[in-house]
Amino acid sequence: MKLYEYLGKKLFHRYDIPVPQSKMAESSEEAAEAAAELGDVVIKSQVLSGKRGKAGGIAFASNPGEARTEAERILNMRLNDLTVEKLLVEEKLQIEQELYLALTVDGALRCPVVLASLDGGMDVEEVAEDRMIKWPIDVSIGLQDYMTREICRKMGVSGALQKEFIKLLPKLYKMFRELDAELAEINPLALTPDGLVAADAKVTIDDDALYRHPQLPRVKEKTDLELKAEELDIAYVELEGDIAVMANGAGITMATLDMVQHYGGAAANFLDFGGGADVERTAQALELLLGTNPKVLLINIFGGITRCDIVAEGFVKVRESKGIDLPVSFRMVGTKEAEGRAILEKVGIKTFNSMDDAVRHAVELTGAS
Amino acid sequence: MSIFINKQTRVLVQGITGKQGSFHTAQMLEYGTNIVAGVSPGKGGQSVEGLPVYDTVFAAMEKEPVDASILFIPAPFAKDAAYEALSAGVKIIVLIPEHIPLHDAMDIMAYARKQDAVVVGPNTFGLVSSGSSKIGIMPNRYFVPGPVGIVSRSGTLCYEIVGHLTEHDIGTTTVVGLGGDRVVGLNFIDVLSRFEEDPETKAVILVGEIGGSSEEEAAAYISTSMKKPVIAYLAGRSAPPGKRMGHAGAIIERGRGTFESKVKALNAAGVEVAGLPTEVPALIKKILS
Repeated sequence: MKLYEYLGKKLFHRYDIPVPQSKMAESSEEAAEAAAELGDVVIKSQVLSGKRGKAGGIAFASNPGEARTEAERILNMRLNDLTVEKLLVEEKLQIEQELYLALTVDGALRCPVVLASLDGGMDVEEVAEDRMIKWPIDVSIGLQDYMTREICRKMGVSGALQKEFIKLLPKLYKMFRELDAELAEINPLALTPDGLVAADAKVTIDDDALYRHPQLPRVKEKTDLELKAEELDIAYVELEGDIAVMANGAGITMATLDMVQHYGGAAANFLDFGGGADVERTAQALELLLGTNPKVLLINIFGGITRCDIVAEGFVKVRESKGIDLPVSFRMVGTKEAEGRAILEKVGIKTFNSMDDAVRHAVELTGAS
Repeated sequence: MSIFINKQTRVLVQGITGKQGSFHTAQMLEYGTNIVAGVSPGKGGQSVEGLPVYDTVFAAMEKEPVDASILFIPAPFAKDAAYEALSAGVKIIVLIPEHIPLHDAMDIMAYARKQDAVVVGPNTFGLVSSGSSKIGIMPNRYFVPGPVGIVSRSGTLCYEIVGHLTEHDIGTTTVVGLGGDRVVGLNFIDVLSRFEEDPETKAVILVGEIGGSSEEEAAAYISTSMKKPVIAYLAGRSAPPGKRMGHAGAIIERGRGTFESKVKALNAAGVEVAGLPTEVPALIKKILS
């Protein structure tokens, strides 16, 4: 779950990481009031998208009038295809230098890694490899001061700034671990006359650990259907095409989408209803798909722990109760394959043996309708 | 021959009395796996499929020392169960559950390193040495002995490929599921290096997907350290960036982990990448002949 900048900064504040003085605004009037209180301000659109500055979603204002005009403009814009509902109005910092600091998870090393650079304020991909210091952390000992000193040495940082890092990094690590973060990024980390201040916040919390953080706000990034799928514990992603796809297993679902593209079609979604689904779950997944109004339905079942007869039963159940009047391409092999086929044949549905044939047939069906 | 496990490997099932645990215990026994006991806290003294059930891993180990343990434990409790097995001295831990919190996975890996143990998964279908031992949840009938080693990030897609091989009478030595999460124990290189040393394995299939950099790291290893032929299939060519495609690890983030980057790295290492799963048997036949 990605957090908006203002939510990330609230967490930083809770962990004693310095952030600028700020006010939230949902109207130009509120932005003007905030500016009256804070003086020179920066007005920042709160959307879950990077590159806000380049897209015109960040503006400076030196008086309430300017703040009102800029806030009006930003609230009315489409920012990287998102609407802006909230603005963060912050005191303008006196920035001497922009740095970069983040904690993330390194899958290859299987542990957290500190990323630090003197080249902050720019797109992280644009930072030269040798200017980005990476330091893996063994979670059994955690972040120790010697690590911070070493990171500073590699960056060429000493003296007062090193002391600032030794104060700040353990707080970021504590937050990263305690809140089950996947990413806690400060870019830029601003060096001001008062020391280091987090001028931005990009925090992502592990979805699988949200259950143990009831106090954290829930940010809605997903579409309604994606949320419904999440409730049902079905992996679902909306795409742009017209062939609704349903398969059992993430890898094979991806491969099915690839094959749809290979044969010139376009998938409407990714839907993995997992292994070992029962009739109810199969029916729920199907109902979810039908709600997207696709042109063609493509079902790819390789029965391992998933039983073909159960999937067939779920399909027939939905067909009888809700009606499925769109063309279907059904592939079904594996556990209880013969039984599953028999159930589908009774209602006049033919199944394919191979994934190739089923996908090709689905793509042909989109052309026919 | 096989890697990691064989007919003699003594196996424990943690969470044996649950629905998944008991079902897959029966399946593994049918395959020929040498399961010696199960654990379910509070259910000690019962039996499942004729196997004794103990309250704790330590209690099981006192009576029936094991080499490996497979966990059918709900994600929120998986860290505790994995720690228990590692602490009791089990050297191979197979973590079946999906949705184990990322930080729990990192904690488990750190402790496993200290205990010098191998962790397979989480979010894996397990591993099988064809014809002798299966510690996992894959369908029994596709895994027949032969000369090909397989290492895969995903389950059903791997079965699909093994299914195509079986149709062409090509069997496998060992098939290892790394798991679909961002942090997993075994990686491609750990498994490739074992296949390289296994005299029975003549060729290797790597089944990867978008996200992370493990395919790129595998490619670098193959080009410097492997003599045996490797081919690959990768899922996710059509996936949009920024979306998790079912697996927690299957996401293109900040321009990294793309299909193109992986194909390029593998091709540079001399690894042919099949365009479709159906093309895999022909590529393998070409190599083996």
